Amino acid sequence: MKINVTVNGTRYDRDVEPRMLLAYFLREELGLTGTHVGCDSSSCGCCVVALDGDRAVKSCTMFAVQANGHEITTVEGLEEGGKLHPLQQAFWDQHGLQCGYCTPGMLMTAYVMLKHKPKPSEAEIREAISGNLCRCTGYQNIVKAVQQAANELTAEPAAAAVGS
Amino acid sequence: MTQSIGVSMKRKEDPRFIRGRGRYLDDIKLPGMLYLALVHSPYPHARIKSIDKSKAMAVPGVKAVITGEDLDAAKLEWLPTFHGYDKQMVLAFGKTLYQYQEVAGVIATSREVAHDAVELVEVEYEPLDPVVDPYQAKEDTIILRDDREPKTNHIYHWEVGDKTATATALDTSAVRIKERIISPRCHPAPLEPCGIVADMNKATGRLTLYMTSQAPHVHRTAFSLVTGIPEDKIHVISPDVGGGFGNKVPVYPGYVVATVASVIIGVPVKWVETRTENLTTTGFARDYHMDVEIGATKEGKVTALRVSTVADHGAFDAAADPRKYPAGMFGIVTGSYDFPAAFAEVDAYFTNKPPGGIAYRCSFRVTEASFAIERGMDLLARKLEMDPVELRRQNFIKKEQFPYSSPLGFTYDSGDYAATMRKALDIIGYEALRKEQAEKRKRGELMGIGISTFTETVGAGPGKQFDILGIKMFDSAEIRIHPTGSGIVRAGTRHQGQGHETTWAQIVGEELGLDPQELLVEEGDTDTAPYGLGTYASRSTPVAGGALALAARRIREKAKKIAAHLLEVAEDDVEWKDYKFGVKGIPDKSVTMKEVAFAAYTNPPPDTEPGLETSYYYDPPNLTFPYGTYIAVVDVDADTGAVKVRRFLAVDDCGTVINPMIVEGQIHGGLAEGFAIAFMQEIKYDEDGNNLNTNFTEYLIPTALETPAWETDRTVTPSPHHPIGAKGVGESPNVGSPQAFVNAVMDALAPLGVTHIDMPLTREKVWRAIRNAS
Repeated sequence: MKINVTVNGTRYDRDVEPRMLLAYFLREELGLTGTHVGCDSSSCGCCVVALDGDRAVKSCTMFAVQANGHEITTVEGLEEGGKLHPLQQAFWDQHGLQCGYCTPGMLMTAYVMLKHKPKPSEAEIREAISGNLCRCTGYQNIVKAVQQAANELTAEPAAAAVGS
Repeated sequence: MTQSIGVSMKRKEDPRFIRGRGRYLDDIKLPGMLYLALVHSPYPHARIKSIDKSKAMAVPGVKAVITGEDLDAAKLEWLPTFHGYDKQMVLAFGKTLYQYQEVAGVIATSREVAHDAVELVEVEYEPLDPVVDPYQAKEDTIILRDDREPKTNHIYHWEVGDKTATATALDTSAVRIKERIISPRCHPAPLEPCGIVADMNKATGRLTLYMTSQAPHVHRTAFSLVTGIPEDKIHVISPDVGGGFGNKVPVYPGYVVATVASVIIGVPVKWVETRTENLTTTGFARDYHMDVEIGATKEGKVTALRVSTVADHGAFDAAADPRKYPAGMFGIVTGSYDFPAAFAEVDAYFTNKPPGGIAYRCSFRVTEASFAIERGMDLLARKLEMDPVELRRQNFIKKEQFPYSSPLGFTYDSGDYAATMRKALDIIGYEALRKEQAEKRKRGELMGIGISTFTETVGAGPGKQFDILGIKMFDSAEIRIHPTGSGIVRAGTRHQGQGHETTWAQIVGEELGLDPQELLVEEGDTDTAPYGLGTYASRSTPVAGGALALAARRIREKAKKIAAHLLEVAEDDVEWKDYKFGVKGIPDKSVTMKEVAFAAYTNPPPDTEPGLETSYYYDPPNLTFPYGTYIAVVDVDADTGAVKVRRFLAVDDCGTVINPMIVEGQIHGGLAEGFAIAFMQEIKYDEDGNNLNTNFTEYLIPTALETPAWETDRTVTPSPHHPIGAKGVGESPNVGSPQAFVNAVMDALAPLGVTHIDMPLTREKVWRAIRNAS
């Protein structure tokens, strides 16, 4: 089936098998391997991407054809003009990652959450990332990282504009 | 230059991960690559009557279907296990021995086609009665392994300690406890599944294996032994690894089938397991059924410990234990306590379950041992009506007893258990918590405080005792300093999130007075890294960390000669001080390591070889013994069985701390896994041998919602024999924490008379225990 999908600002016109999952479309058709697959049952969240900028979706549970006409943001699209997104910077500053496998999904979930809730409480952050599993960090530093990014995004209008 | 060790340096590996530019196994895509998918047995125990490949072969895109018979014809059907005492089927041959066992492999042009064709491989089975329970296996009424002599399900008996003295001491003890304590079967489940890309290049005759490997060199040697391909023709590359926790130590059938397919077809073949394959066929952990007995005086002084264990090893004895330690380091079961007599024995059995017995975020069988003793001490405290803290204090190995020879054969390196526990009690406010608990108990509220004062043993290990495939368990480092004073550091380890790219640079930077930011760390490529045994069992810092420091010191020895030449003084007059070479008695005369590095290439002394590089293979003189005190505070809802972990404090002592931020991160992660094991994670089988936890909707991993907030602190008692005094930390929190959680819940339920519930402490189990008690 023919689809057009805009990924990280670039429009792609492709002919895909109807059963191709969005995760594999991103990884294998577009070579954007930052989006990971970890469980095949929509449980782990390693594959989360942003749909139209304001919905966090598990790309292993969505067909590529369902993304037809939509905009997708992946982890590769967070950095702008050579500057890390405040979330990326915060994960690095706060030691919010270890093996790095869950990180892209965590970042994208947090990215969408902060659009809806710019000043989340700790409980709200934990709730928001509860669809993303992490085996390495025990979550505490991920929560701290999201708090740091939220503070930065709300404190600096210029930085907030990057994420909007 | 300033201090590198002890600094919370941000991780050097992170910039690629936060940009989604890590390179994991499944990110590798080679031209012309084919894909392998596996056919699995629906039966735990069945004879294979026939396999019909024809329908699968007819699917467009299918290149080959490989069965056990095909492998047998090529003499590749059996895989040796790491300790060398058993062998493992690559594909089921004759009969299947566990549910989901690999029966055939389909190789096709795409992942999807391969999986489609798997459904069309027709296998006719004759189901046989399964043996699911190790106590049933013990009876030998059904023999699982036709291929072995003698015909028994019993694999081995292992024992350590003084059996007679222990029996006598127990029989004459005023107080005794006995409990069957089970460490249930669970799975490490790293988020990245296992996989391989096997690439046989027929032009060069070289086989490149990209593998999710915690031990790439050992895997190269294993593949050479299995296939007969010379080791120089095998190149193992372990790319970024998305978590390991022991799951990525063994060699799995999928690796072998993909390799055989690539060798035969001559193109790259990729196999990446599904999550279900991961949970049903690879590296399970634990499954130790331990009868724990402790004797004591009426005053609470322990007299003897006896632990008799039945170990369920599944269908093959594939536990990656060192050869002389079939039950790993289970002898650490005396823990932090000074037992006058002790005896431990393990009997292992085959059952119709997948093989494994891997060290899941612990040194071999140390988590099981630590759980047994820490639960046992709590049961004894209950019997004596003593505070569990007081019982521990009375029986700790004392600071002045180190190095301490344990009755089960270990020489503990260093520790001050009482001081660490005191610090933890002060931080948590133990006395106030006990007061609060007493008040709550009056109101019928269930509040519990659980303590674990564990000691583990890691860093395998001294070559005289420890080997894998006969290879001694040393580790290695290689350092090259470039002319301008930056450098490359390589080690035989392979990190999976532990932060080696940062901490290894810190160790070398500290020893050489160089900036860790300018020391590139590389691991995981067998063509470039020196031979090492890999990363598991908390061995990287205790073993490779030692190699790194000593390699750096070798560099410094040579650098000193060059420094003397530059300073125009005798070598004896040169001293290493404040991260540079100075001249004794002349404070302002010095050269930096950078200057020396430049001179090593441009102006070496006449009698000195140019260049500045070296390697070191470090055979540690002893294991290390990290320890800690963990305290959990829980509230249990008597109506629902729900447990709320209100506080959790970990005070660790891992000796010298290289990077406090990374150490704290390791502790957080290990505590989350300990929490998972205590409350959620279990691979359960029904009586017919069906796996009941085949994906993440049934095998529950804690999310950020359930996971408690962690409080951490530390004491520092360096290891006297380690070059920088470090002991290793990654596994302490997983070894030490499950019993703190369980002890806390049992403490909460104490007024109801509940003494023990086996993990995981699910809401249902806790609720049933409360209901049955009241």
